[in-house]
Amino acid sequence: MAHAHAPVKRYSGLMDWLTTVDHKKIGILYLMSGAFFFLVGGFEALLIRLQLIYPQLEVVSAQTYNELITMHGTTMIFLAAMPMLFGFMNAIIPLQIGARDVAFPFVNALGFWTFFFGGLLLNISFFVGTVPDAGWTMYSPLATNEFTPHHGTDYYVIGLQIAGIGTLIGGINFLVTIINMRAPGMTFMRMPMFTWASFITSALILFAFPALTVGLAALMFDRIFEGNFFNVANGGNVVLWEHIFWIFGHPEVYILILPAFGIISEVVSTFSRKRLFGYSSMVFATILIGFLGFMVWAHHMFTTGLGPIANGLFSVATMLIAVPTGIKIFNWLFTMWGGSIKFTTANLYAVGFIPTFVMGGVTGVMLSAAPADYQYHDTYFVVAHFHYVIVGGLIMGIFAGLHYWWPKMFGRVLNETVGKITFVLFYVGFHLTFFVQHFLGLLGMQRRVWQYLDGMEFNTLNFISTIGAFLMGIGTLLFILNAASSFRKPKNASNDPWEDGRTLEWTISSPAPEYNFAQTPLVRGYDAWWKEKMDGKDKMVPAEPIGPIHMPSPSILPFFMGVGLFIAGFGFMYMNDWGTIFGARIGLVIGIAGLLTLLTCMLLRSLIDDHGFHIEEDEILKDQGVKA
Amino acid sequence: MSSHVEETLPHEPERATLEGRNKVTGFWLFLGGETVLFGTLFAAYLTLRGQLNGGPSANDLFDFLLVAIATALLLTSSLTSVFALQAMHANKVKSLIVWLVVTLLLGVGFLGLEIYEFVHYVDHGHGFTTSAFSTSFYTLVGFHGAHVAFGILWLLSILYQLKFRGLNTTTAPKVYLFGMYWHFIDVVWVFIFTVVYLMGKVV
Repeated sequence: MAHAHAPVKRYSGLMDWLTTVDHKKIGILYLMSGAFFFLVGGFEALLIRLQLIYPQLEVVSAQTYNELITMHGTTMIFLAAMPMLFGFMNAIIPLQIGARDVAFPFVNALGFWTFFFGGLLLNISFFVGTVPDAGWTMYSPLATNEFTPHHGTDYYVIGLQIAGIGTLIGGINFLVTIINMRAPGMTFMRMPMFTWASFITSALILFAFPALTVGLAALMFDRIFEGNFFNVANGGNVVLWEHIFWIFGHPEVYILILPAFGIISEVVSTFSRKRLFGYSSMVFATILIGFLGFMVWAHHMFTTGLGPIANGLFSVATMLIAVPTGIKIFNWLFTMWGGSIKFTTANLYAVGFIPTFVMGGVTGVMLSAAPADYQYHDTYFVVAHFHYVIVGGLIMGIFAGLHYWWPKMFGRVLNETVGKITFVLFYVGFHLTFFVQHFLGLLGMQRRVWQYLDGMEFNTLNFISTIGAFLMGIGTLLFILNAASSFRKPKNASNDPWEDGRTLEWTISSPAPEYNFAQTPLVRGYDAWWKEKMDGKDKMVPAEPIGPIHMPSPSILPFFMGVGLFIAGFGFMYMNDWGTIFGARIGLVIGIAGLLTLLTCMLLRSLIDDHGFHIEEDEILKDQGVKA
Repeated sequence: MSSHVEETLPHEPERATLEGRNKVTGFWLFLGGETVLFGTLFAAYLTLRGQLNGGPSANDLFDFLLVAIATALLLTSSLTSVFALQAMHANKVKSLIVWLVVTLLLGVGFLGLEIYEFVHYVDHGHGFTTSAFSTSFYTLVGFHGAHVAFGILWLLSILYQLKFRGLNTTTAPKVYLFGMYWHFIDVVWVFIFTVVYLMGKVV
């Protein structure tokens, strides 16, 4: 067999990152962009807390405050949390299932670039001066032309629409990868928990994001083409927006938290040096949470006035979610029970996650009681609740994952001492910030208020909250410092730097070679690598001989498809502003030009047959010699 | 460089390679997402279809003859796309191309009728901005029409590749995916025909 393909151009430097279709590099791109937006969103949060440190301050104007709360929520959820999770999913899933890449490497790159340009478009609003300011939920009629005549909402609608395309195709990609590309012996019920959680999350993305697509399109049609979806004067219906938004929005919170559950499962099991307790119940609990996640959206709308029957049903459905979540909590506790626990930084975050998330869950059950919700609704109690589950749950999970997988992604172990100090600062800061907000809410402080009056008993609690927020900020900066200084160290992490790795990613070098597995491993049970170790082996049983490995070629097209969408978004947004050229509206012409760029790239992708290239046997053997 | 050309195709050429199998699985999932997309559009339409704002109602506007012809064209095009796939599985490239061209023409005919229909409605005072009914109508039916238009462009690109590169394990999954897409568009139209046009005439 001769593999005499024409030599494929392999780029280096910046062009390598712009054209890469390697899931590990795309994972790093997602992680870095997500971290960048996390800092932006965190900076916005600090400004919000500064404004609220004392009563009746004017650190920022009321208008700026509205912009800050809107952009903080939108940025953190869509541009920080999801991309960082996508980073892990990209970097780790193929390694955990013994695959050489994802199912659609090209689409993977496309997903990243559409997310990136969507996020960029959203944040350019700061430089243009018209920032989204109607809250991250963008409720109508506030978000319609009548009450938000400037372009802020347009940036939100179009930016998220573009970023959403990336998320949707990313979700499909992970689903197909997990369904079709598992190594021999890697049955569904042997898959690591993180892969399982990501699988369910991807399914939720697939069925939730198209609803957001329609909602955003409807709002865009209302704003740009003067449609009437949400224009009550012409027969529109503003409650429709709430339904569409939350039928997407509630599954979205499970999209965020499930991968974090997966990370916690991996970390707790590894550092307890025990098999995950109740693995199958964990899998079914995850599936059940995903399923119930679609049945509860109206609990965000108890005070809208849907009536007692609807409120009652959605109340009960919401309470049901506590059952599978409780199963998970107990499984983690029983995994630790009797284990020989190592408190690494990653495990500190994981162990810290458990009580924090329980608190967020308990306030969730409190909020699910519709009559009580009439009291809590739109107060700081709700703010405290969702920050407990998102920061205390998801961000803790991400920090645990960062410390745990850093060596696998970058070949270097993070400094453990600095890591532990970071954990303490962040954890203490987190509880200081948000624990007191429960009481602020119960005392009657409304969310999204710019100022509060003196003498309402809000002063001390707000002061504490702001101090806590700055502690979290310092913790985050310390982590960045730790991460940055790790790049000055040599790439000397071993294959299994924690020595207790259980899953396939710890059987290959850190970072993994371009082709991941020189030989596809044969999986003989759950915790495939741990099983081999227990049988006294020091490597996996290969399922195939060493041979040339087929790789996909890099491509710049995904980048230009992102650029095309970005230009199109800009053009359509300013369609009614920029006057005409030869009788055609300039904005519309630019918008169509952007779409044509996209379509041309799609056509090129279809017409240019690209069969990739092969990495030859001798190169693989050379890698093995060096690394082994 | 290997110059050997495969004379016979595998039994199901669309699933012969891992890439092909991935594409088929991925496309089924994508259609699942598309179902939610159209489901949401239908929900919005059903919520708003009674809000006329003084504009014409569904009953005033819809002309069964026109819609019936459009429906017949699209349903027939689904049938001809099945013939195309059968020709593909029998490795008859010429017949495959002929049936795909027939599908293309029927699709273009449908799209032409839809454009005529929209222009006609606008003349009757049923513009995009007239009422919540009109906005949700044009959005739902327009999304479907845009899917047909995209399908036609996609089919043109596939026909070009079949003509100049022939049928192989790279082009076969593309034809198969197009077939799935075209059936999906057809199914959505069946729902539009029922929910929008038939129910519009009843009430």
